[in-house]
Amino acid sequence: MSTHTPRSVVLLGAQRFEPTLGSVVDQLGVRGRIALITAGWQEREAEDEELSAHLGGQTVNLSLHARGNTVFAADHELSVAHRERQVLLRHLQEIYRIRLEHAFEAEREVAAYDAPAAIRDEVRQSSIEAIRTLDAWHVDHCLRVHDEFERKHKVASRPEVQRQREEIARALSDCTALAIAGGHVAVLLNRLDLFDLHELIGDHTVFAWSAGAMSVCDRVVLFHDDPPEGRVARQVLDVGLRLIPQAIPLPEPERRLDLAVTERVTLQARRFAPSLCLALPARSYVIWQGARFVAAQGAIELCATGETRPFALPATMKRASDSSPPDSLHAPIEAHDKPEATSTSTRRRKASEPRGTGKQR
Amino acid sequence: MSRDRAIDELIACWGEPHRVRAFMGTHRFPLVEGHLVTFVFIGNVDGVNLRHWVYGLESSTTLTRAPNTDIWHLTLEIPPSSRVEYKFEIEKSGHREWIEDPLNRARARDPFGANSVLQGAGYVVPEWTRPDPLARQGDLEPFHLESRAFGGRRGGHLYLPARFRRSRQYPLVVVHDGDDYIHYAEMMTVLNNLIHRLEIPEMLVAFISSSDRLREYADNEAHARYVTEELLPYIGRHFPLIDQPHGRALVGASFGGVASFSTACRYPGVWGRLLLQSGSFAFTDIGKRNRRGPLFDRVVEFVNGYRAEPKAVSQRIYVSCGVYESLIYENRSLVPLLDATGMQVRFTEARDGHNWQNWRDRLREGLSWLFPGPLLFVYE
Repeated sequence: MSTHTPRSVVLLGAQRFEPTLGSVVDQLGVRGRIALITAGWQEREAEDEELSAHLGGQTVNLSLHARGNTVFAADHELSVAHRERQVLLRHLQEIYRIRLEHAFEAEREVAAYDAPAAIRDEVRQSSIEAIRTLDAWHVDHCLRVHDEFERKHKVASRPEVQRQREEIARALSDCTALAIAGGHVAVLLNRLDLFDLHELIGDHTVFAWSAGAMSVCDRVVLFHDDPPEGRVARQVLDVGLRLIPQAIPLPEPERRLDLAVTERVTLQARRFAPSLCLALPARSYVIWQGARFVAAQGAIELCATGETRPFALPATMKRASDSSPPDSLHAPIEAHDKPEATSTSTRRRKASEPRGTGKQR
Repeated sequence: MSRDRAIDELIACWGEPHRVRAFMGTHRFPLVEGHLVTFVFIGNVDGVNLRHWVYGLESSTTLTRAPNTDIWHLTLEIPPSSRVEYKFEIEKSGHREWIEDPLNRARARDPFGANSVLQGAGYVVPEWTRPDPLARQGDLEPFHLESRAFGGRRGGHLYLPARFRRSRQYPLVVVHDGDDYIHYAEMMTVLNNLIHRLEIPEMLVAFISSSDRLREYADNEAHARYVTEELLPYIGRHFPLIDQPHGRALVGASFGGVASFSTACRYPGVWGRLLLQSGSFAFTDIGKRNRRGPLFDRVVEFVNGYRAEPKAVSQRIYVSCGVYESLIYENRSLVPLLDATGMQVRFTEARDGHNWQNWRDRLREGLSWLFPGPLLFVYE
């Protein structure tokens, strides 16, 4: 038996109107100070009084957004390069979006085409594969941009970044857990990346919701089924920290998703398979520990059949957890449950490893 | 006798005041029953005409007096989701007077006064046009500058979004007939709400107006030069702007649409976004004479020129027009030309007329398509 305590990652539904974070923290027996990341709130990052009060005041804000501004003010060369990279990424995103719209149009036509039964599924799958190929192309190009940026500017070894990073590490060492709030997901990812939070998180328990939940998982998928400018394709923005691999959280489904449209549900599930597409309504949560989900409440799984269903743990896990949160997140677990070794490389490089073949779940 | 329609019920109870009062208290006027709309006027007059601005229908239609009553009524077929502005023309003792419908509280204001509004089945005033107490309010600051193009002082009002920061860069939208957009299309409220809802990005909006708009907005070189070479740099010197075509837009309705499009044509590549509402894009297929009169001569020359040599002058253009206005023909004709140049074009037809509420109701779709907000990126 190993006594290693695996990192636990808790994804929660949106906290803005129905905060449940405090009760989940209590329920899981997490004690002590909690570090906050509210960088997604951008200039309002410091306005965390409500969140802090909700957690009993035992918090420290890591101030990643402000620290990023400090870095850019002190390191002009990095600031310029960063801005140029963002412009390049925006262009990539726009090109990808345009190509995606056409691929979706083709997929819709193919889906509506009255093909002979013998080839119907194969044809449909091939048009979905075309979308998957585009997704992979986009992620690959984003990663190349990140890699080139890192190679050229060696961000981690720049003095101001190092100084800020050391302060973050010190602040984190006084905390037992980390709470990552929502907000602007691209800004949040930027700051997490700038200070390589993937490395600093270590074994801290992580609570994340909304954009925070998206940023700690696998690919970050932007979505809204009813935006004012008309239908827009769901699109991959980037890769997240991958603390939970092969999961794509979909926050605020009440406002953003039309789960009654089975075609969209099917497409989403098949497009991102084998990743799990998980809608996280208000008051829901899931807990990932080691290499598996150990508890779930209120989350909704999008299935390749077009159905949605309450996300449930596999039966063996249910028996272990009795479908309730574990009494303590710090209970020892079997060695073989340890997560795959965390690479010392950045999340970007790790993320660029080959993905699954995308067979249907 | 069949009393399937509400107007029959009203006529049947005439002479029984309590029943009439009960009817009036439980019905909204005009009476909308599916696609049938009944206009009603009650009064002891000599005649009542419906005056409206629906292109394609007779502009004046007579209401019929129900025998032995003071009830005047007229039933028309109006497609669902329509908005129609109208007045009653009352004849009495040899005098004629245009009045708003006394039984209908729905009004639309414009620079010439107010009209009554028929809201057809299914039409609802968009909730994003009403003040939202949760939405932070932007500020409106007056500005003035000396214009060489016009040889005098010009000005307007600049909308600054709530939480404006000089450390950020903003798109700039220049709105023709700006005062009217503010007063009659609720554009301040719309901007506050759409920004609050993340449906458009925070932006600066310059509201400009002209006291001689029919001349200055009709493909006028001085106007285009003023907007592009004077106003744009002036705002850019004082406020942080996105210094790229995709960060600059021109907006206008009617002649303001012509001013927007002609300015973009005179300065191709500068204005990357255009929002053209019910543009007065009159043209001729043969000769130069147009049915709209001499005020349109300059416009016709401009549009004929563009139709002869269409070219991409912007990146993304949103065009809207009401199907109940005569300009629908011109706008429908323009869209394929724009599209063929490679510009991204979106065209919306509304069951509405040439009025400010039509233009107000299209702002959300138009602005959010030209400038998608961070909605897709923000997950709170």
